Amino acid sequence: MKKYRLLKQFLRGNKAAYIAGIVFMIIAQLLSLVNTFIIGVVIDSVIGDILPEGIAYKGLQLLGGKEHLMHNLWICGLVLVFFSAFEGVFMFLSRKYSAIAGEGIAKNIRMDLYEHLQNSTYLYNTSIKTGDIMQRCTSDLETVRNFLATQFQDLIKCIVLIVASVSVMQKVNTDLTLAGFSLMPIIVLGAFFFFRYVSKKFLLADEAEGVMSTVIEENLSGMRIVRSCATQSREIEKFIASSLDYRNKDLKITVAFAWYWGLSDAICQLQIGVVLVTGIILAVKGEITVGMLTVFMTYVHNLIWPIRGMGRVLGDMGKASVSLGRIQEVLEAPREPGRDDTGLTPKIEGNISFENVSYEYTDGNEVLKDISFSIGKGETLAILGKTGSGKSTLLHLLVGLLPYEKGSIKVDGIELGEINKRHLRKNIGIVLQEPFLFSKTIKENISDNNPDITDADIEKATSIASVDRAIRNFEKGYDTMVGEKGVTLSGGQRQRVAIARTLIGNCKVLIFDDSLSAVDMQTDKEIRNALRKHCADTTTILISHRINTLRQADLILVMEDGRITDRGTHDELIQREGLYKQVYDMQSCVLDMAKAGE
Amino acid sequence: MEEDNREIFNKNIDLKMWKKAIKYLAKYMNHVIGIVIAMIINAATDAALPLFTEYAIDNFIAYKTTEGLGLFIILYVLLLILKGMTIYTFIYLADKLWHLVSHDIRVDGFKKLQELSFSYYDRNATGSLFTRVTSDVGRLTGIISWGLVDMIWAISMIIMMTVYMFMKNVKITLVVLTVIPILAVISVFFQKRILFYSREARRYNSIITGAFSEGIQGATTSKTLVREESHISDFEKKTDDMRTASIKTAVYSGLFFPIVSVLGIIGTSLAIWQGGVMILGEVITVGTLTLFISYTLQFFHPVNDMARIFARFQFSQAAGERIMALLEADIDIKDSDEVIEKYGNITSDMPVPKLKGSIRFENVSFRYKEGEKVLDTFNLSVEPGQCIALVGETGSGKTTIVNLTCRFYEPTEGTIYIDGQDYKTIPLMYIHKNLGYMLQAPHLFSGTIMDNIRYGREDATEEEVINAAKMVEAHDFIMKFENGYNHVISKGGGGISTGQKQLICIARAIVNDPCIFVLDEATSSVDTQTEKAVQRAISKVLHNRTSFVVAHRLSTIREADRILVIDKGKVIEQGSHEELMKLKGHYHNLYTSQFIDDSNKDLFGTPEPLPVED
Ligand SMILES: Nc1ncnc2c1ncn2[C@@H]1O[C@H](COP(=O)(O)OP(=O)(O)O)[C@@H](O)[C@H]1O
Ligand SMILES: Nc1ncnc2c1ncn2[C@@H]1O[C@H](COP(=O)(O)OP(=O)(O)O)[C@@H](O)[C@H]1O
Ligand SMILES: [Mg+2]
Repeated sequence: MKKYRLLKQFLRGNKAAYIAGIVFMIIAQLLSLVNTFIIGVVIDSVIGDILPEGIAYKGLQLLGGKEHLMHNLWICGLVLVFFSAFEGVFMFLSRKYSAIAGEGIAKNIRMDLYEHLQNSTYLYNTSIKTGDIMQRCTSDLETVRNFLATQFQDLIKCIVLIVASVSVMQKVNTDLTLAGFSLMPIIVLGAFFFFRYVSKKFLLADEAEGVMSTVIEENLSGMRIVRSCATQSREIEKFIASSLDYRNKDLKITVAFAWYWGLSDAICQLQIGVVLVTGIILAVKGEITVGMLTVFMTYVHNLIWPIRGMGRVLGDMGKASVSLGRIQEVLEAPREPGRDDTGLTPKIEGNISFENVSYEYTDGNEVLKDISFSIGKGETLAILGKTGSGKSTLLHLLVGLLPYEKGSIKVDGIELGEINKRHLRKNIGIVLQEPFLFSKTIKENISDNNPDITDADIEKATSIASVDRAIRNFEKGYDTMVGEKGVTLSGGQRQRVAIARTLIGNCKVLIFDDSLSAVDMQTDKEIRNALRKHCADTTTILISHRINTLRQADLILVMEDGRITDRGTHDELIQREGLYKQVYDMQSCVLDMAKAGE
Repeated sequence: MEEDNREIFNKNIDLKMWKKAIKYLAKYMNHVIGIVIAMIINAATDAALPLFTEYAIDNFIAYKTTEGLGLFIILYVLLLILKGMTIYTFIYLADKLWHLVSHDIRVDGFKKLQELSFSYYDRNATGSLFTRVTSDVGRLTGIISWGLVDMIWAISMIIMMTVYMFMKNVKITLVVLTVIPILAVISVFFQKRILFYSREARRYNSIITGAFSEGIQGATTSKTLVREESHISDFEKKTDDMRTASIKTAVYSGLFFPIVSVLGIIGTSLAIWQGGVMILGEVITVGTLTLFISYTLQFFHPVNDMARIFARFQFSQAAGERIMALLEADIDIKDSDEVIEKYGNITSDMPVPKLKGSIRFENVSFRYKEGEKVLDTFNLSVEPGQCIALVGETGSGKTTIVNLTCRFYEPTEGTIYIDGQDYKTIPLMYIHKNLGYMLQAPHLFSGTIMDNIRYGREDATEEEVINAAKMVEAHDFIMKFENGYNHVISKGGGGISTGQKQLICIARAIVNDPCIFVLDEATSSVDTQTEKAVQRAISKVLHNRTSFVVAHRLSTIREADRILVIDKGKVIEQGSHEELMKLKGHYHNLYTSQFIDDSNKDLFGTPEPLPVED
């Protein structure tokens, strides 16, 4: 039932086109039957001497009677062309509207999926496997679209054809009609079972192809390692093995298909033969005319392939339902609350306080324990702690990516949970530990095509982030594409573009989650100096493993295992034993070494 | 990588390329011949079937007799068995040919990729190389094998139908055949456009796939930047483009099929008009008329097939060209003929002698691209077992120097000597198999940790692997995994931190036991504790081996026998750490300014201009 509602949701805005497509298709099919019938009548009653009945008689009279037509056969030809042109028009309309509906449906599914993935919660986003979701958004989507737009219509077409042909054939001769359908069940069932059977083989071949792709991918991305370990021969062996396996699995499908097409074609042909031979016997007995035999033959001929297709559609129907279910799962993922127009939108100054905040991703497993601190507008907070101590989690709470339940977080005295999420994030900017750059130009990455952002703004942000000069050195400057089709940026450049991208938002609070790790010390310093100069009023939160990056902060928190184990300024912290001092000693021995050299 | 459709649209068929591609069929000539024979017979049976109806009408029905019906049925059944068999044969052979040739070309492509030098990889994105050996190959060989099937069938079908018709009646045939040229022109016109738009649609489809992937991977980033709305509207534009192209495809094919079938009916009408008159004049029989009718209704199949093949050839050409470009690419760095003559053809699976590891650069100049000299008359001499540290700004040429040493690139001018011998006269494999090379981004292959450590030397015993892991202090964390050394690393290496990956890579290098070690910024952003472990591991590894270390961290560099400060491809200072500190030059500056509190010096002023650039 839910699935049915989902199908209706995908159809939205396209119902009219969808129905039009089906109606036009039915008309076209009926006209094609009429066409064949006309040929039969012409053979029997114009060229031959059989007296026409019913509509055929009226038709002949309308066109001037048998005698007239016999001497002016071109009129019959013209009628035929006229009807088939009609059929053509409807066939075209049907295809056109079906395509409009089908593509509209595809667009709806795509938009729904994409929109949902953009608005789902952070936890959902981090818990999914990209490859799996990608498959749902591409091949599952294609399966559903194909079912709605093509297969379902084919099914209707097939049913219409059967019903209409049978009712015409039935009128002419019952025995021949029965003969005409005698083998059809075998054809349908054969296709049905074959396509079910072979889809398993396809899965195997797809897997083998996946293995082969992985070998190539890993070889290409690890090319430098392959060369320096001189393992080319082994890589080639590995590749040949995987490619052979893929080939052999494909060959199994080949054999299956060769059997299927060969056999099913012979059966279809046999079906036509049955009609022909039965027709001969009936005609000899005088129960059917030559023209009508031709009509039968053509009808059966035209029916047989769609019916074989129907078996396939039925065989594939299970797949469509599975795919629909997989899409449904994505669309039912939790959405982030507080995103719409609800919530407060206060002016944010940048005073932040945490009171007894705890957080657990999974029950009973607290990653943050009883965190309390506060910083005022324009101050700098720094956090030091081992990987996994909970630093990123803390910051994700502050930008509302994670919902907190225990304790209280206040921004300018207002409870964070009550502030509108979009408003919050426009005011609290974060540079993530692993920032993602979009495969657009550098400029678009920074400005997001916002017309309010001028080139001067962009340049200011990039120069604060110390990446201005590097960008200018690219052949295409700010219009350089990021990623495969453009320049592959170094780790440090990526981080700095990400910093510039966050700076452009003029946020009141700036968060850097280990965002300077891949830039050298000198640049690190330049960036911090520039920040201090240009964003003096901005509250800043820094995570870093480098003491130098942290030392000027107004408050330094030391985190171990989800707890704040120490806090203070640099000068205070180096006075006491603890993690901060340990790290400081380790890093400053470098300085001692440097001094020793003098 | 999708080629520009518009360009292909008007491109002519490049026979040279196709000839090269068709060479791959030579091995499977029996398949090709089998396909040709099967298709000719198949077309013959297709064309013969209407003859049965004709015979039935003109003999059994016309004379109201069933005499000879038994033989008729037997013949019919024999014919349909024959037809089924030809179908089995051509599907089997063509599909097999497709897979066999695909495999062959793929293997050649992959082998070639293993030989091509780094410079080739610089010029070509890995994504595009990947598509060449996968989908491009499939497309090229698909059109070769199935194109063969369709073409032979279409040609034989047209010939046979024409011959049968001429045998029956010349005049009707001539009248009826007038639709064929029109059919052909229309088919070519439409097929080209249909293919064009369907490829446009496919291109948009891959853009949409890319957008989905970004939407998923960048979802958190979009949230933090509040860009969901703008991404959704960008995405909508893409889906609209896709929809437009797909609808255009459908409209063209929706126009094409009715037009073609109306043309077929025109042929039928012509046959009825001409044939009807002749039946009345008793020149032909009713059976013959039905024969003409069924032929005219089938005309468009072969003509359309031809048009489609033509269009597909045109559009698959680019894929073929890309593959051929890969297969024929020049290998910049390979053993010269003299070397091969002297040492034989050394491949990577042969044992090679150990090198001692002395290295000398003599007036080496190097450029990646014309006109941009990265190194200029560079000189350097390294004794076996020495450790050389390279420091300098990003882009100063450190990586270039080590890549030249490894012979991943060769000098544009000057000579590099290894163990006193110009290294171009040493087989490439001798050098690479003596090499330990580690990069900033550690790379693990999917497989177990054991496989990864053993990667360079498959015959390493378990004990050797464990020893290496212990040496780099990786043993403990490896044993924490449920399956220990058999822990499977998934694609991309998830579940293991960067620092741990680095340790595994170092263990891998140790198992190889190389005599020349290269560490190019192999220690990067890991927390201070892990960093210590990595550094301890490295200093153990470097002991007694010729090594080049590129690093920013003083603690790594300090222990080097010689430190070279590189600036713009030149050595500006060199010596031991102590010597360089005494010099109070660039090196001194670099490391003291790093740790002296920056707050008192240039807090609000502009920082010292240092040419730090990536
Ligand atoms: N999405 C998540 N789901 C479950 N656990 C997580 C998630 N993200 C982080 N964790 C766990 O929370 C702990 C703290 O991680 P994190 O905040 O990223 O630390 P840090 O930033 O200090 O390196 C780690 O043990 C980590 O495994
Ligand atoms: N594959 C390449 N193709 C073209 N130019 C390159 C390539 N690799 C490096 N360069 C250029 O050569 C110069 C030296 O780079 P590199 O040796 O990587 O310096 P470093 O290792 O000191 O950072 C830089 O200007 C860089 O842009
Ligand atoms: Mg973190």
